[in-house]
Order: sequence, then C-alpha cells, then structure tokens
Amino acid sequence: MSLPVFLALIVGGGVGAVLRFVVDGAVRARWPTGFPIGTAMINVSGSFVLGLLTGLGASGAMSHDWVLIVGTGAMGGYTTFSTASIETVRLAQERRYGLAVINGVVVMVLALAAAWAGLTLGQ
Amino acid sequence: MTYDDLPVDPDVDSGGGRASRPLHLRAPYAGLVFIGGALGTAAREGLSLAWPDSGFPATIFAVNVTGAFALGLLLELLVRHGPDAGRRRVARLLLGTGFLGGYTTYSTFAVGATQLMRHADAGTGWLYAVATVLVGAIATTAGIVTGAMVHRRTAP
Repeated sequence: MSLPVFLALIVGGGVGAVLRFVVDGAVRARWPTGFPIGTAMINVSGSFVLGLLTGLGASGAMSHDWVLIVGTGAMGGYTTFSTASIETVRLAQERRYGLAVINGVVVMVLALAAAWAGLTLGQ
Repeated sequence: MTYDDLPVDPDVDSGGGRASRPLHLRAPYAGLVFIGGALGTAAREGLSLAWPDSGFPATIFAVNVTGAFALGLLLELLVRHGPDAGRRRVARLLLGTGFLGGYTTYSTFAVGATQLMRHADAGTGWLYAVATVLVGAIATTAGIVTGAMVHRRTAP
C-alpha cells in the first residue's frame, strides 16, 4: 500500500468514527430505549456497505485503493466491535438476558446477512 | 456492579447554557472522535499489514478482542472516577468512541466471516463469528473487572 493511500485510509477511519458518533447520538435522541439500537444499525449498515465495496473490488468495478480507503478505512471506523460488546455485557449485567442475546447474536446474524447481500450485489 | 451513576443518555448533556446542544452536534467533541478514530484505524491497519490474514482472520479477531477488553477497562475506570465531564469526557470520546471505536471493526469481521462461509467452509466461518462475539464478551467482562480492581487498589 502506498503512503498516500494509507493516509487517506486513516482519514477515512476518522470520518467514519465521526459519522458513527453523529448517527448514534441522533438515534439515541430520537428513540430513547434501553436497547442499543444505534450501534446495531451502524454495524449492520456498515457491514452491508463493506460487503458491497468488497464485491465491487473483486469484480473490478472499483479500484483496490478505493476499497481500502472507503471500505477498510471509513467503514472500519464507522462500525465498531468494542462498543457492541460492552453494550451486550451491560444488558446482561442488568439481567436483561434476552436483549443481551439479541444484541450479541441476532445483530451478528443480521450483519452477516447484510455483508452477504452486499457481496452478492457488488459482484 | 451497577451503572446507576451513569447518565441515562451519555450523549445528551444536562449542563446549562451552550451545553444544551447535544454532545454529538458539538464540533470540538466530533474533533476528538475524528483524531481518535483516525489513530485507531491506523493501529488496526498497521497490525493487518504486519500480520496479513490467510485463512482464519486471526489478526482482526485479536484486534476486536483486545479492543473489547480495553474499552471495558477504560469505561469502568472512567465511571468509577466520577461523572462524564471535563477530562473524563475528553478521554471517553478520544480513547473510547474514537480510538477503540476505530481500532475495532464490525464490518471487516462480518465480511470476513461471510467470505469464509462462501469460499472456504461454513463451519470455519461460523466458528469465527461465534468465537468473536463470545470471546469478545468475555474480554469486555475481564476489562470491566480489571478496571474495578485497579480502581479499588488505587482509590484513596
């Protein structure tokens, strides 16, 4: 990877993180529930977009550099595993085990399905 | 262990004046998240380049598990030191939302697991997916417990 692409990739990561911060804040303000729906929406939508970009890259419709910058960088920074995991653990600590399983397992299956759909659509 | 001292919505400031503007719409806070997110992404990509994955995505697995531990540790230490304000809020947004949010990734994990299912074998893909979520939750819990222990040892 060339240095300019690496630098663009990490700027993409910063932009993605800000997008996550804004989307999560907006979702929390609009739907104040005990379930962390903001992170779930971010991770599922970001998995779809990365799948789509990866598919487009594999089919040659998008250059590898742009897949790295927008996919690995921006979508990597937009989606997050650590926050999703701590939100699952907090639900379990509050003894809301059903919601913890939904946040840990059901959201994962939705993200896998979204990634699959993106890959299929992109190729 | 309770989180009763956490604000109901940590992204909406209850302070007066200018602070009535939601946290996620204030430029200095977005700037902290940007810097942290860019550095976290650089760390993740640096590790991915140093240890490229062939077959099982061990590097992204390790990134997500270590990031989950670190976020559990960080947030537990912050919440035990006091309310989400001032330097604690700067640390949460820069290191937590920014750095660890950018360091860990859900999309690369989901696409990686899906590609294993499509091109290698479904069993390995599901093993990677379930192991990430399960080991991640254990690592997060270990981070929280470590944070509580460190706080107890260092508290006056």
